[in-house]
Amino acid sequence: MSGFDVQRVREDFPILRQEVRGRPLVYLDSAATSQKPQAVIDAIVRFYQHDNANVHRGVHVLSERSTEAYEGARETVRRFINARDAKEIIFVRGTTEAINLVAQTYGRKHLGPGDEVLITHIEHHANIVPWRMLCEQTGAVLKVIPVDERGELKLDEADAMMTERTRILAVSHVSNALGTVTPVKELTRRAHAKGIPVLVDGAQAVTHFPVDVQDIGCDFYAFSGHKMFGPTGIGVLYGRMERLEPLPPYQGGGDMILSVTMEKVTYNRVPHRFEAGTPDLAGAVGLAAAIRYLESLGMANVAAHDQELLAYATQALESVPGLRIVGQAREKSAVLSFLLEDIHPHDVGTILDREGICIRTGHHCAQPVMQFFKVPATSRASLALYNTREDVDALVRGLHKVLEVFK
Amino acid sequence: MSSDLSDLYQEVVLEHSKRPRNYRVVEGHSHEAAGHNPLCGDQLSVTMKVEGDVIRDIGFQGQGCAISKASASLMTGAVKDKTRAEAEALFERVHKLVTEGPEGVDVDALGKLAVLSGVSEFPARVKCASLAWHTLRAALEGRGEAVSTE
Ligand SMILES: Cc1ncc(COP(=O)(O)O)c(C=O)c1O
Repeated sequence: MSGFDVQRVREDFPILRQEVRGRPLVYLDSAATSQKPQAVIDAIVRFYQHDNANVHRGVHVLSERSTEAYEGARETVRRFINARDAKEIIFVRGTTEAINLVAQTYGRKHLGPGDEVLITHIEHHANIVPWRMLCEQTGAVLKVIPVDERGELKLDEADAMMTERTRILAVSHVSNALGTVTPVKELTRRAHAKGIPVLVDGAQAVTHFPVDVQDIGCDFYAFSGHKMFGPTGIGVLYGRMERLEPLPPYQGGGDMILSVTMEKVTYNRVPHRFEAGTPDLAGAVGLAAAIRYLESLGMANVAAHDQELLAYATQALESVPGLRIVGQAREKSAVLSFLLEDIHPHDVGTILDREGICIRTGHHCAQPVMQFFKVPATSRASLALYNTREDVDALVRGLHKVLEVFK
Repeated sequence: MSSDLSDLYQEVVLEHSKRPRNYRVVEGHSHEAAGHNPLCGDQLSVTMKVEGDVIRDIGFQGQGCAISKASASLMTGAVKDKTRAEAEALFERVHKLVTEGPEGVDVDALGKLAVLSGVSEFPARVKCASLAWHTLRAALEGRGEAVSTE
């Protein structure tokens, strides 16, 4: 692979250079949260050491610098997902807040009794619960596009579920529990043909392959900084300007207003209307650094690495006796959910942990997925740009150890 | 296997998790409760026949990891024919054992339950070991529902 040397990439991540439980750390839980390269850590430290001040408020030099850094981060995000305008980038706490924002602004404005919200069976709770709450608030109805045994959406049924009452389609780009990559561009095309706006939950997508929101055509796109090698506490809601412009504010406070008297408030323009209060400035700076880091590697190279490792890991796991991979979509991202005989995932996770291997076990905040596959939980290994074949080999050795304990 | 792993997954624990005792609904039960670990999704139910002050019969059902199943299975054996007060005292001892380890716990009084001592080295697994006990307590108190949030 040209220009991508995973050993060099690993050196950028100080946390990976440690031993845990007397063994080299094998981190296979990046879908929960990713590790941070030195460049991100440095950018945050530098911000606090040199530039920190509140934004959009002061006339002094530090406020100027921090405003520049913050608004510069907005432009970096715009470039990363190829939005048309930096004003279409709203900084939020993460994917969860982004989706809640859309539900409580767009949703509250446009939904009434009998209207429908369309989601899918493979969503993370973050893309279910805000819509459930909205339905309870408005009398709207939640409809769910079903999934098949491979973990793919049943597209033929999706069409019939887009009705004249459907007010929004909310779908994840990549399932965090199964790895399924959904055809968001095609779904958007079909939804738009019926005048239905589309929100894409991109939390698990932006870390693995290039995302172009204009190419997808969606109305909203949400993701979290911490899953894409940036800090926690910062995330992004992209919204097409013509969608954002008519929306009411989300929260009230400073920065989101133009003028306030005790009688009347004039709300600020997009995106500031949706960013009440002092935002996570250092978080935005860190996120921009993460994006520059990804750009320096090249997202196409990252995607190739992840796919190559996914293929290797899939084959390696299938060689473990009694192991079943849950989620076999034809288009998949680097997530491997699996069951090992009838051994409970918690026991698998505990034994692997003692080998220095971090995986996630449980329902992955996607209980409807677990219900569909009739399992209470799975073990999940998720791969990222700093993972290697050696990590996968360690996992396989660990799984043999699990089998030994339970034989 | 590292020694704390073999302490956790002792022979008896593995054996009880594979072939849990009293894995059933007690017919004509007088008390019941459902237990739930919201974090991991583990669920189990406990049914009992309590006569006067004595637990005459007890069964459990549910899904969970080896630790939670073994703990439930061992519990049913340990509290059968015990009074409420005795069951409660056992709970206290087991709780201390799985959170703090065997030191300062009257291990002899625990009988077979002593095999749960390895859990204390695994803080993330304490709630697995104690779910059945929280559920037992809820059933005895007539609450019907228990949540383990260690
Ligand atoms: C697909 C998906 N959507 C949403 C979220 C929620 O992200 P956050 O917790 O960063 O808001 C996650 C993270 O677990 C996810 O994987």
